[in-house]
Amino acid sequence: MNFLEHVAKARVLAPAGIPVPRAVHCGTPEEAQAAFAELGPCMVKAQVPTGKRGKAGGIKPANTAEEARARAADILGMQIDGHPVGSVLLEEQARIAREFYAAILIDTVGRRPLVLFSTEGGMDIEEVAATRPDALRRHRVDLDSGFDAAAARAMLSGLDLSGAEEQVAGILVALYATSGRIDAELIEINPLALLADGRVVALDCKLTLDDSAAFRQTDLAGSAAEEPMTDLEREGAANGLKFIQLDGDVGVLANGAGLTMTTMDVISHCGGRPANFLEIGGEAYTKSEAALKLVLSNPGVKSLVVNFCGAFARTDVMAEGVVTAWKRLAPDIPVFFSIHGTGEDEAVRLVREGLGQEPFDLMEDAVQAAVDAAHSGAHPAAQSQASGGAAR
Amino acid sequence: MIIYRQSARVLVQGITGKQGTFWTQKMMECGTRVVAGVNPKRAGEQHLGVPVYATAKAAMAESPFDVAVMFIPPAMAREAALDAIKAGARTVVILTEHIPARDVIAIHHAAARHRTRIIGPNTAGIVTPGEGFVGIMPGHNPNIFQPGEIGVISRSGSLGTLICLNLTRAGFGQSAFLGIGGDPMIGTTTRDALQAVDEDPRTRAVVLVGEIGGAMEEAAAEYAAGMAKPVVSFIAGRASPPGKKMGHAGAIVSGTLGSYDGKRRALEAAGVAVADTPAEIPGLLGAGPRDRLRQPAAHALSV
Repeated sequence: MNFLEHVAKARVLAPAGIPVPRAVHCGTPEEAQAAFAELGPCMVKAQVPTGKRGKAGGIKPANTAEEARARAADILGMQIDGHPVGSVLLEEQARIAREFYAAILIDTVGRRPLVLFSTEGGMDIEEVAATRPDALRRHRVDLDSGFDAAAARAMLSGLDLSGAEEQVAGILVALYATSGRIDAELIEINPLALLADGRVVALDCKLTLDDSAAFRQTDLAGSAAEEPMTDLEREGAANGLKFIQLDGDVGVLANGAGLTMTTMDVISHCGGRPANFLEIGGEAYTKSEAALKLVLSNPGVKSLVVNFCGAFARTDVMAEGVVTAWKRLAPDIPVFFSIHGTGEDEAVRLVREGLGQEPFDLMEDAVQAAVDAAHSGAHPAAQSQASGGAAR
Repeated sequence: MIIYRQSARVLVQGITGKQGTFWTQKMMECGTRVVAGVNPKRAGEQHLGVPVYATAKAAMAESPFDVAVMFIPPAMAREAALDAIKAGARTVVILTEHIPARDVIAIHHAAARHRTRIIGPNTAGIVTPGEGFVGIMPGHNPNIFQPGEIGVISRSGSLGTLICLNLTRAGFGQSAFLGIGGDPMIGTTTRDALQAVDEDPRTRAVVLVGEIGGAMEEAAAEYAAGMAKPVVSFIAGRASPPGKKMGHAGAIVSGTLGSYDGKRRALEAAGVAVADTPAEIPGLLGAGPRDRLRQPAAHALSV
C-alpha cells in the first residue's frame, strides 16, 4: 500500500527524528489561505500517490496569502496520472544548496534490505545509476551486523557532502531503523536537501508498506492512500478477491494465479481478449460464487471460460459455487468449462447435471469455444466490438 | 534436498488443523514418510498415528526428521520456520502465502546460517511420482502424476498441475515436480531447481514453467545454455497488463523488468523451446528436443 507525502512525513519521518519542513495539510483553498499566515512564503503541493506531480504542474510556489488560495484552488481541481487531487500540502519554502537522494528498500534478489544513497537528488534513481554510477552508493544490510552510524559513514566515505556527512549518516540510520519497524517495502527521500543554512531536510517522501504486514501495522495501514480501482475491483477487494478489470470480452474464472494468467494468455493466443484477471486460488477457492458474480457484472463480458485445475483448491467445491450462482443469476451468455484435478469427478457431474454442460478435455478447446462465442455473440454491439478486437 | 525421496522423514507443522490433517492423510496415502507433527497445544497426543510435539526442536529429539512442511498462517510463519531451521531440518517447505517480507528475509538469513534448504514461501510443494509428495499437490492422483523421466519446475501449483496432467496424458511420466513458489523472495530459485533436475540421473528432459516478474527465468536460462538435457518452457503472463500484481506477489511487470518478451528471448537464446500454450509442451518434448538429446552433448556442462 502507498502513502501520501504528508502522511509519510508526519507519521513516519518526523517521529523518527528525520527533519521535515514546517507544513500545513489543507483540503480547501480557504484553508490554504489561512495556512499562509502561519508559514509565510511556501510551496503548494498536490497530495497524490504518484511521482509525476511536479512535471504535471502539481507543485507551485505561493508568495502571498492570495496566491496560496489561488494555487490551491488550481491544484485541487487537477487530475494527476489518473488520481484526482484531494488535498494539498503547504510547506515553507526552502533555500536549497544541494539535493541528495536516500532510500531503504527490499532487494528481492539478495533477499536483504538495501540502503541507497546518491549525491544527485531530484532525478530518477534509475537515471543516476545509468549516467552517474559514481554518485550512487548501495549497501546490502547483513542482518547480523545491522546498519549503524559506522556502517553509514563507511557507505558515504569518499563522497563530497559539503560538510553534511554526519547529518546524512544519522538520517540513513534513522531511516533504516524505521523501515524495519513499519514493514516498509520502500521509503524514498528525493530530494534530501542540504539547505543554505546547513540543515538537511526531507523535501519529499515516497512510502510503500508491505501489504502482507498490514495485520501488524494496522494503525499506519489505516492511513494508506486509496488505490485507484474500478467499482467492481473494489467490490472484489471487499470480498477478499483479487479482481482486475480488463477491456476484453471473454470472462475468466480460474483457480490460482498461474492458471489464471495462462487462461488469459490462451484467450489472447486464440484471437480473443480477456475481460478480467480474477484469482480464486489458495483459501479463496471457496468463494467461487462471489467470484462468478463479479466476472458477470463486468459489462464487457460476452462469454465465459471456467478453467479449474485443482491441487489445493477442490474443483468440486468451486464447481458447486459456480453452478449455484449460475442458476440464481441466469446470465444470458455462453459458458465453457475445463475441469481437472482434486475433486474432478464430482465437479464434472455437478456441471453436467446442474447446467447440462460437458466440460472440455483440453483448456485450449474450452478457451477457443469461448473466444468464438464472444466473436459471434448474439448482440450486434458485442459483435462489432469483438471483431474490432480481433482486427487489432 | 530439492527432489523428494521416500527415504526422507517428514515433520508436519500445524498437523492438527483442517488443511494439515487433510494433506497429511494424502501425503501418507501416497507413501510419504510422515514421522511427526507440531502443535504446541496438542503436544503429547497422537494424530493420524504419529506423535505431536510442542516444537520442531522437541520433535527432532524424539522423532528425527529431514524435511519440515508448514501448514502455518502468515503471522506465525516466521516463528515456525525458525523453529524448524534451528531444530536441524535439512529442508523446510513453506506453503504459506502472504508472509511479511521482513519475516521472509529473517527466514532466509537463518536458513543460510544453518545451511537449510528453503522451498517457497507460497509453494504448492514437491512431488516425486511413485515415492510421495510434500505439500498441497494432488500427488495421489494417477491421472496427473505418473513415474517417468520429465522433471517439471513451476512457480504455480495450479498451472504445474495442468502441465503434469498434459504430460501424463501424452505418455510422459515425471521424475520430479518441483513447486518453487510464487513469492518474490523464494529460497530455491528456478535456477537452483533446474540444476537439481539436471544433476538427477532419473531425469531425461525438463519442463520449466515460469511466469512474468522478477529475473529468475533469465538466471535459469544462463544455466540452461550449458545443459545437455533438453528444456521446454512455458511462461505465463504474456497477456497480463504491466504495473499490476497478477495474484502472485512476484508476478508484476514494471518497465521492462520481468517482461514476457525478455524471458522468452533469454530462454530461446539458451536453446530452450518455448511453448505458446500448455498443450504444445508434450509435442515439443516428443519432437525436436528428443532428437537433440540423442545427439552427442555438444556443450555439456563443464563445471
